[in-house]
Amino acid sequence: MRHGRSTFLTVWLVAGFVFLYGPILLMMAYSFNASRLATVWGGFSTKWYGELFANKMVIDAALLSLQIAAVSATVATALGTMAGIALARFGRFRGRLLFSGMVTAPLVMPEVITGLSLLLLFVAMEGAFGWPAGRGMMTITIAHITFSMAYVAVVIQSRLAQVDVSLEEAAMDLGSRPSQVLVDITLPLLAPAMVSGWLLAFTLSLDDLVISTFTSGPGATTLPMLIFSKVRLGLTPDINALATIIIVAVTTVVVIGTVVSNRVQHRRLAEGSRSGG
Amino acid sequence: MSAAAEPSHALPPPRPLGYRLADFASRSWQAILLAVPYLWLLVFFLAPFLIVVKISLALSEIALPPYTSLWQWTEDGALSIQLYFQNYAYLIDDTLYLSGYLNALKIAAISTALCLIVGYPIAYGIARSAPTTRNILLLLVILPFWTSFLLRIYAWMGILNKQGLINNVLVFFGVIDQPIEMMNTDFAVYLGIVYSYLPFMVLPLYVTLEKMDPSLWEAAMDLGSRRWQVFVDVTLPLSVPGIVAGGLLVFIPATGEYVIPALLGNPSSPMIGRVLFDEFYSNRDWPVASAVAVVLLILLVVPILMFQHYQMRQAEEGK
Repeated sequence: MRHGRSTFLTVWLVAGFVFLYGPILLMMAYSFNASRLATVWGGFSTKWYGELFANKMVIDAALLSLQIAAVSATVATALGTMAGIALARFGRFRGRLLFSGMVTAPLVMPEVITGLSLLLLFVAMEGAFGWPAGRGMMTITIAHITFSMAYVAVVIQSRLAQVDVSLEEAAMDLGSRPSQVLVDITLPLLAPAMVSGWLLAFTLSLDDLVISTFTSGPGATTLPMLIFSKVRLGLTPDINALATIIIVAVTTVVVIGTVVSNRVQHRRLAEGSRSGG
Repeated sequence: MSAAAEPSHALPPPRPLGYRLADFASRSWQAILLAVPYLWLLVFFLAPFLIVVKISLALSEIALPPYTSLWQWTEDGALSIQLYFQNYAYLIDDTLYLSGYLNALKIAAISTALCLIVGYPIAYGIARSAPTTRNILLLLVILPFWTSFLLRIYAWMGILNKQGLINNVLVFFGVIDQPIEMMNTDFAVYLGIVYSYLPFMVLPLYVTLEKMDPSLWEAAMDLGSRRWQVFVDVTLPLSVPGIVAGGLLVFIPATGEYVIPALLGNPSSPMIGRVLFDEFYSNRDWPVASAVAVVLLILLVVPILMFQHYQMRQAEEGK
């Protein structure tokens, strides 16, 4: 599209970004507020950060969330990559419609439905096989894998759609076995997409409240669950500090991850098109 | 090679065993690649819905788990199945549920429209930017999606509060005498949904707008159309797929939204997501909560299928 924005569009864009970022920046500013009153500025202070790190409940919840996010993102990346490859490269197979339906539905499914149904599944499974015994970290992790693998699959599928099949076909013609083509050609091409998929799954897991609440049991409180229970009672300055830490950390990782994965991807695609002729 | 050397007249030579084994291995390799995620989704995504349907046909009882069993073996070895439809009848009888569904559909529909109004010019503006700026602007739209949803809603609680920023500014400039109550209103819920779902609207819109052939636009301009006329006659109709996709990505999850109405909404007219949550946690009535979920899913089946249709077409077109 020929560029050149009208003044109206430029003004709207600026206003849109102020709308998106203003509240977050304001909350970050208030995390350095000395006053206990959330809305009165009482001078600069970092005391809420100190209080935060002294709070064992917050630290425990953060550690639990990070553990669940790391495990579920890794498994979800493996499963999502498999699903994405199957959808992008296997053509028509029996049960494809059901499969692609189950892969895309979690993207829009309301969380209360997913959460409730998984909880009822876990209860029924425990009744029938005695596993999973009770609910906690294990059940939350399974739930997170299930919804975040859908996001990974979509990322992988769309990346594969951009990669020319001829590269894989050439390797096949030259006598490589399909499994070899997968390991030598497809997976290296997908590596940057798998990194973005992992990051996406990680942040989705770290952020999830509703599904975790349903699938959690006594003793397993994730960070969003802790934040939600505090926030419902009103504004507290230490939540501002916690929010600032989470947002700064996630933003840094995501920006670095995106930039690096874009670079690698461009290089790989360039190499691929060169060697592919 | 060795097979070709053997004398064989009638039948074509059998392919070497090693080759056939490798072929089988790679095919079963493919099968495994498909079977593992398939099985996972069948067990953890499809089966749970069937269990929800099953429990919605049971009765609540004080036991562990707190619902009756649908089938039992009678003493003479016959299977007796008991289905109860009371839960569904109850959803019609008690106006709490009906108004919960209507509220959710109304709020989701209005927020989707607002998202479109706010998001369209943003997507259009990005699509019309120079390629280098475009990537930065896109990252800026996506970034909030990565950062915590819950914390972004929390940020608005501080702004909409009676002693919050908006009220302070309005009182300071004398626009209003008394702080207005903005928390716990439908207005706050609309704002929260538009704020948190905006990237979902902007991205699909951007994808369709960016693909649009600029020569169409230029041709219309050359033929003497005005800017807004070109927009109404050319750009808008061509961007309908993006509008539909973005709209569904906002509307479907917003209908079942729990966190935003719980933090910002009016507790006296709850959306159905909150009704379901409370039914489960406060009333501990699993069968009724399941029935609420089944009806919600039935309401959303058509939009979900529309979304899948779009997603599949998108995947086939490549990106």
